[in-house]
Amino acid sequence: MVDVLETATTSASAPATRAPRRGAGVTPYLYLLPYALLFTTFTLVPAGYGLWISLHEWDYLLPGKPFVGLDNYQALFDSASPVFDFFWQSMQATAIFTVFSVPLLVTVPLAIALLLNRSFKGRTFFRAVYFAPYVLGVAVIGVLWRFLLDPNLGAINAMLGAIGLPDDTAWTTGLPWAWISLVGVTVWWTLGFNAVIYLAGLQDIPRELYDAAKVDGAGRWAEFRHVTLPGLRPVLLFIVINTILASSNMFGQAYLITQGAPGVETRTAIMYIAEEGLRNYRMGSAAAMSYLLTLGLLLVSMITFRLFREKD
Amino acid sequence: MGRFRGIAWYSLLGLLSLVFIAPIVWMLTTSFKSADEATRVPPTILPADPTSSAYDTLFTGDSQTPVLRWFLNSLVAATGQALLVLIVASMAAYALARMEFRGKKIVFALIIATLFVPIFTLIIPNFLIIDRLGWLDSLWALIVPGAASAFGVFFLRQFFLGLPRELEEAALLEGANSWQIFTKVILPLSKPALATLAVISFLTNWNDFIWPVYTLFSPDNFTLPPGLGTLQGAYNINYPVIMAGAALASIPALILFMVSQRYIIEGVSRSGLKG
Repeated sequence: MVDVLETATTSASAPATRAPRRGAGVTPYLYLLPYALLFTTFTLVPAGYGLWISLHEWDYLLPGKPFVGLDNYQALFDSASPVFDFFWQSMQATAIFTVFSVPLLVTVPLAIALLLNRSFKGRTFFRAVYFAPYVLGVAVIGVLWRFLLDPNLGAINAMLGAIGLPDDTAWTTGLPWAWISLVGVTVWWTLGFNAVIYLAGLQDIPRELYDAAKVDGAGRWAEFRHVTLPGLRPVLLFIVINTILASSNMFGQAYLITQGAPGVETRTAIMYIAEEGLRNYRMGSAAAMSYLLTLGLLLVSMITFRLFREKD
Repeated sequence: MGRFRGIAWYSLLGLLSLVFIAPIVWMLTTSFKSADEATRVPPTILPADPTSSAYDTLFTGDSQTPVLRWFLNSLVAATGQALLVLIVASMAAYALARMEFRGKKIVFALIIATLFVPIFTLIIPNFLIIDRLGWLDSLWALIVPGAASAFGVFFLRQFFLGLPRELEEAALLEGANSWQIFTKVILPLSKPALATLAVISFLTNWNDFIWPVYTLFSPDNFTLPPGLGTLQGAYNINYPVIMAGAALASIPALILFMVSQRYIIEGVSRSGLKG
């Protein structure tokens, strides 16, 4: 995907394939057909269908689904509408989570990758250990950390108490503790994923560049700034965008660990959209919200692209 | 590395390992404690009196939490989706890697674009499409839509591009058609990549949470992830039972990871880089 990003940033056309003109005619399309069928039904059609839904007062349970134009979108910007407060509250929750988790998930895994990027015995083992939590799903880590963070019965407060710190922190129901819990658990859970991508990127930086830096008398820091970071640029771009997207789609952690508490403070945008659309069946409004969220993310991604390009 | 630095080095790595492993071990040990012991303050590290009562409760639980059924459902859904992904993604990737055709760039660009569209954007329209297909509250909802993911196509296309062409050209000279080349040359050469993709698809589906939470309604049709949410609600602070459920959902994933960690990590990191 990094290649894809690179291609997108430099807007160069894909290199011409050397393939012989084998399988002209309908053959290539036949190979594509099964995937295309799935892709059309569950990606392309829903993308358009969702837009259509968002222009209607679409209650799943009611027979009539009147066309309302842009009303659903307008309501999101009208402070008198019933959804206004809840929606922006959930957007704020998503923003808080993203702003605090992304910097950690971009930097800590890089530190771990640098730690692992030298040859020593047991390297593969440690890499696997740090990656292990990622293999568990959000449901497992959600109920596990709900237990560990339980204010009265959890191991975290027990441990803190044992070393003389307060042992009654409301990790799942108080502020800012709930945010610290959600960010911390997410970093613990997905750090390994970013770390192995960094590690692969580090191993792609040609050794000669480091040798040359040594010849020039570069210290460790200079080496990191002038060889490692530039060499990681495409990987970094991928990690930043991927992590922003993942964080702003946070759902399971808050659903299981804080249940949105305290109040609806940690109810994220995805939680609210899913609840509105798939529990309360107000699908038109929920679809409008998800398009607005997607638009926002698209914008953030584009700005990130720009920032990385300007560093050229 | 000097001896002292060596010790310091491994202590650092070991301490870090503890951070990642201890919570998982805690889950396993708690599942062997009695409800009473699990709520003891301060908590015991190892079960003082190991018991399988949490598992007994889990397996003989009421009709609202048929955990073995969930396990089976998860197994069927994850295996089904992995197989479907292998078939459709390998065929599409073959066309994209080895054939020239009109519209190839557009097809490719479209697939790329979806890599950057969060899948949750489509959750509401997809719910309605699944409803139209009559798949709500059934495993079909879990098996089929997710196979439209672009990951497999990218991953295999990249692998196919790296395969030497000589064998295919030899087969072509011997009069093999594209299907024969695909099934007799390309696929056998791609066994490691296919296995990696199968494992990654299996795990992704095995762990999927938001989609089954909203498309499955009857307890009998749940998979383990939404089931764990139900367990959390049903057993409240009877943590050994909840942890036993979490262990049941983790163990297949952890075993799969242990036997194929090299390939999984390689697959994840390389597809991030080169896909």
